[in-house]
Amino acid sequence: MADYRQWLNSLPEPNGVLKNLQTQGRASLANLGMPTNTLEEWRLTDLNCLQKILNLPLYKPNRDYLDEEKQKEWAQRPKNGFRLVIDSQTNPLEDINLPNGIRPLTSAEVEKLLVQRSNQYSSSRNWQVAINNATATNFLALKIEGQNLPPLELIMQSDSGAFIPTRIALIVEDKTKLNLLQVALGAANSAQSHLVEIYLGKGAELNHGLIAFGIEEANMIANLFVEQKTSSHYSFTSVQHGWSLSRLESLIVQTNGHANTTLKGLQVSSKKQQIATHSRVKFEGPQGCLEQLQKSAATDNSHCIFNGSIQVPQLAQKTNAAQLSRNLLMSNRARIDTKPELEIIADDVRCTHGATISQLQEEEVFYMRSRGITTEQATSLLLKGYCKEILDNLPVESHRWEILDKLLKSVKR
Amino acid sequence: MIKKDAHLILEITDLHASVEDQPILQGVNLQIRAGEIHAVMGRNGSGKSTLSKIIAGHPAYTVTSGEVKFQGKDILNMEPEDRARAGVFLGFQYPVEIPGVSNLEFLRVATNSRRVEMDEEELDTFAFEDLVNEKLKLVQMDPIFLERSVNEGFSGGEKKRNEILQMALLQPIVSILDETDSGLDIDALRVIAAGVNQLNTPYSATLLITHYQRLLNEVIPDFVHVMSSGKILRTGGKELALELEEYGYDCVEKPSNNKEVN
Repeated sequence: MADYRQWLNSLPEPNGVLKNLQTQGRASLANLGMPTNTLEEWRLTDLNCLQKILNLPLYKPNRDYLDEEKQKEWAQRPKNGFRLVIDSQTNPLEDINLPNGIRPLTSAEVEKLLVQRSNQYSSSRNWQVAINNATATNFLALKIEGQNLPPLELIMQSDSGAFIPTRIALIVEDKTKLNLLQVALGAANSAQSHLVEIYLGKGAELNHGLIAFGIEEANMIANLFVEQKTSSHYSFTSVQHGWSLSRLESLIVQTNGHANTTLKGLQVSSKKQQIATHSRVKFEGPQGCLEQLQKSAATDNSHCIFNGSIQVPQLAQKTNAAQLSRNLLMSNRARIDTKPELEIIADDVRCTHGATISQLQEEEVFYMRSRGITTEQATSLLLKGYCKEILDNLPVESHRWEILDKLLKSVKR
Repeated sequence: MIKKDAHLILEITDLHASVEDQPILQGVNLQIRAGEIHAVMGRNGSGKSTLSKIIAGHPAYTVTSGEVKFQGKDILNMEPEDRARAGVFLGFQYPVEIPGVSNLEFLRVATNSRRVEMDEEELDTFAFEDLVNEKLKLVQMDPIFLERSVNEGFSGGEKKRNEILQMALLQPIVSILDETDSGLDIDALRVIAAGVNQLNTPYSATLLITHYQRLLNEVIPDFVHVMSSGKILRTGGKELALELEEYGYDCVEKPSNNKEVN
């Protein structure tokens, strides 16, 4: 605890456009203390990894963030698409001509956004939000409008030996259509905290993908907050792999119902990794739809966690929600925890959920081996088949990212 | 085709095996030479399928004693994939469905692993498609099945065609076809049998495992073996299958009840 206080006191003076949030976040952190396994939402989390995040220095002002080695892993830019690179310090819009239909929020709009919206997911009860608020100095806030927009790719920078917090807000106007791919690659011995908030106007359609790939001693905590107005479609496909700890929290709110949400998640863990997804979908109006499929595959001594909460209050009549958690245990020492959590008050709804945990089928593996395919190749083919269902949903020509192939090669039985 | 001086491809000597401590094979002896077609017949539970799986290296079965030599080399310590690469092929009675794994990719990976063993060049996607399209004709299989997951949603006949397609691609030295005729209508049986006949060469051998005579009308065996209680009780020519068809397995297992049969 002394270290924690010391860390809090070591943070630079609040400054910049997020100054007030930094102050609030630090107060929340002081109040909440370090998470402990006695708290339900942190019960299964590897807290040592959280501690490691705090041991890394924030910001490295004289450092060139565009690490050339790391960039070698980057895919070619999307065809006719637009790419922004985000870190905790430099202005991602500097020397950039944004395409028609995308513009930064004005200072007044930013001010309004921070005051009006941030109480939706307050830092006072959420440690991950608090740590992002306490540390993020850079804010990428965009207003997006149009139906023929180029696909947008956001690369979240990582730097070895440093902790990088980022914060992004996207206001997607009524009837706008956008494909968005976020890519977070973790450098060795690094940490990242990302907070993305998205506001979808009436009839807007957003197809959002996240590729989050770390390596040894890289930790990521990320929060996604999405607010959907009526007739909007939000689709989120996430792929997490390779982090010592990756913890993705998402909160999707259909503010007046009558909207569609599709969530597809894949987490693949090996060695001693822990990959977690905590999702919450709130229906605050009637006739909302949700389709959710979360897949995990765990091998070696690794651990995958999925908590999926769906809240259907009295006013959310005729909600149609389906959640499925499918899990593949690939070693005797691996562990998977999955917890669907449905809170249904409304009485005229259709909500289904299911969870399966299985192992690779011996007969499938033998069949392939009897054709000259090694156990390793068979595992890779089976895993590829298992993951394809999710990977195929990633938007913005995601196949450009060759690291996705690594996912399949790195996992051995 | 029987040629007495043809080299031995498969030699099984006093093979005993069990599954979950339950003895299944109790001293199987069998020799198969190049160019020969053998049929093993027997009742359910006689050990026919177990024999085929042990030759292919299924991990659920334990060999307690005896030898299986393939081209003069003991294969019992080899991994299943190494046996397959060396040229041992098992056509499954119930081909396994593998959701999510593309049949085309599965066939390509399998074919390339055998080609490497045969010192042939590995095929890229395009070259492989040419090869597989040519082989499809042999089993009269619709190319649409290449796009699907391995055996998923295939009818019984389509699964068996897919097995023979794999046999055609892998060019095995010994093919063990376990109940390949089960679940086939007469037309499909003829297509499968024609495929098996075409793939039989003077340098390879085939072991058919079957309950019924009808496959043996289409693929004429040089030898017929009758298995019972984990042993080969009797060996004869193709006429033995006809005897079995007429008098049933009792004529071999309890010959005293069928005095007229010699």
